[in-house]
Amino acid sequence: MKKPVLEINHLRTHFFTDRGVIPAVDDVSFYIYEGEVLGVVGESGCGKSVTSLSVMGLVPNPPGKIVGGEILFRQHSVNETTENLVKVSKKRMRQIRGNQIAMIFQEPMTSLDPLYTIGFQIIEVIKNHEKISKKTARNKAVELLKLVGIPRPEEIVHEYPHQLSGGMRQRVMIAMAMACDPEILIADEPTTALDVTIQAQILELMKKLNREKSMSVMMITHDLGVVAEICNRVVVMYAGKVVEEGDVRTILKSPKHPYTQGLIQSLPKMNQREERLYSIPGNVPKPGEVLQGCHFADRCSMVFNRCVNEDPELYMLNDGHTCRCFLYGQEGDDLNV
Amino acid sequence: MSKPLLEVQGLKKYFDITGGIFSRKTGDIKAVDDVSFSVFEGEVFGIVGESGCGKSTTGKVLLRLIEPTDGKIFFDGMEITKLSEEEMRKTRRDMQIIFQDPYASLNPRHKIGRILGEALKIHGIGSKIEQQKKVKDILEIVGLPGEHASRYPHQFSGGQRQRIGIARALILNPKLIICDEPVSALDVSIQSQILNLMKDLQEKFKLTYIFIAHDLSVVKHISHRIGVMYLGRMVELSSTEDMFDNPLHPYTKSLLSAIPDPDPDFIQERILLEGDVPSPSNPPSGCAFHTRCPEAMDICKNVRPVLQEITVNNFVACHLYEVEGDNNRNR
Repeated sequence: MKKPVLEINHLRTHFFTDRGVIPAVDDVSFYIYEGEVLGVVGESGCGKSVTSLSVMGLVPNPPGKIVGGEILFRQHSVNETTENLVKVSKKRMRQIRGNQIAMIFQEPMTSLDPLYTIGFQIIEVIKNHEKISKKTARNKAVELLKLVGIPRPEEIVHEYPHQLSGGMRQRVMIAMAMACDPEILIADEPTTALDVTIQAQILELMKKLNREKSMSVMMITHDLGVVAEICNRVVVMYAGKVVEEGDVRTILKSPKHPYTQGLIQSLPKMNQREERLYSIPGNVPKPGEVLQGCHFADRCSMVFNRCVNEDPELYMLNDGHTCRCFLYGQEGDDLNV
Repeated sequence: MSKPLLEVQGLKKYFDITGGIFSRKTGDIKAVDDVSFSVFEGEVFGIVGESGCGKSTTGKVLLRLIEPTDGKIFFDGMEITKLSEEEMRKTRRDMQIIFQDPYASLNPRHKIGRILGEALKIHGIGSKIEQQKKVKDILEIVGLPGEHASRYPHQFSGGQRQRIGIARALILNPKLIICDEPVSALDVSIQSQILNLMKDLQEKFKLTYIFIAHDLSVVKHISHRIGVMYLGRMVELSSTEDMFDNPLHPYTKSLLSAIPDPDPDFIQERILLEGDVPSPSNPPSGCAFHTRCPEAMDICKNVRPVLQEITVNNFVACHLYEVEGDNNRNR
């Protein structure tokens, strides 16, 4: 039986600004199993990036603060200890970050330091977590670059980020994240800034690493095509909350939440041509907007009275498939559709 | 049969690379390298390609927002490459552009009414009151309340701003609109709203679009014909159906196969391209794609293939489709 390596329970990350409190992540719970690729899907401002920053302990404070919930990290390599990442000390967090949980960011152009060589930046990560000589670290850096499919790694270690293309830089970022064989890799829109042919290369690489190293991946994306390509399970977020969760087939083939349904329907299809695209009316709520009831109520086509006043909870539909919508409320709940 | 509204012949745009203490010219970047195509009235012509392939430069050169290095552009039967700046400004009344980033393309210090009314003022259309009425009307056409003319850009969301960008292009009743990645900065659920709006407007006002994008599924949805660009050159040009059912050029094939499909049952034979797009300052000899092409032959390294008609209205620049003796161009 597989065990979750990461369990997020009722996480709430709020930002305290001059204009009031912005609940960017509001009661989010999900888990990632060993060796699994979990997709976190949502549009801009839905809180998917803040969730990942909370896991890494990188929420800028002030103004951001984790105000509730827990993030449980289970290390299967070190005799099954469980730690709550919200509570651990800064020092311990630094040991975990980069070593056991690593992250790659959306912009490979801005997340590498332009003043240092590629090799220096990878060696820095290795030396921070392992006690080895500079020479061994350098050899390891070359190995890592080879692993992520960079041609002429021996020369590339001496080069600067500006000498590489976008796809190559993203490979360097992945190499850096892989430096200490992490148990979890958090990838925040790793292919959004890349072209489709390069995106295909990077996704292929991530699939290979996931298979070979049995590393868990949390894949944050807005592209449902990428989700279908690489993920095993999917969490759909909207306005700071998880609205639906299930395995990739269920979510993409028979979504239950009206938002997920709308999102999938509104994509232009590759293998058929339709005259008009389905579109969800209205706009994504601005962060900080006070929302009553279901956050999706004002854009939902199935809305009824109860949605406006009450916030639905996550209902369990069947094994592993949950949905935050009154349409699927348990029997006994009075549904007045 | 509709006639070509825009005809482009041998269009080139080279940017100089300068270096050294006297900023001498040390080379050029061939952003657009000998591109020819025509766009018919009432048609949506899609241009796709990866970053750096010259698709946006092509769009801007067509409006002469960037001056072309060489080549001819005919708009509505008139050669616009030779017009003076003043005449060109007048011609732009009929050719407008929508930009990619709705956050950067609206002046944050001006109210929407001024942003939209500016074009009317420059071209001296109507009195002040008529102009204000026109601004309100156009806002309502793109699906925003007319009162929003007194608001500032920061009060709108990305999708709404792109509607304003469309309104600005539309306000002069142009014949041709160049859409430079109009939906790529928007969220998925907003993207479909804007695409529907653009399609409605096109039918309503009989507009012609040149739709530039990197997202093939979006281009497929809206275009009648598509041109694929690689390193400043047009490598394939055919109708949307033909291109997606039967792509000819190896680059188009791999581009199509690289798109991740949201349908988990859809299993795709993927052609993974090796390496990156070469630098446009030093493009490979012969066919620019030969360094990454899975079907490259000897001839590809030396001879640059010409864009030629293979079947009716399907053009491709590839040696694989060249008939021996190269006489099929005279058919």
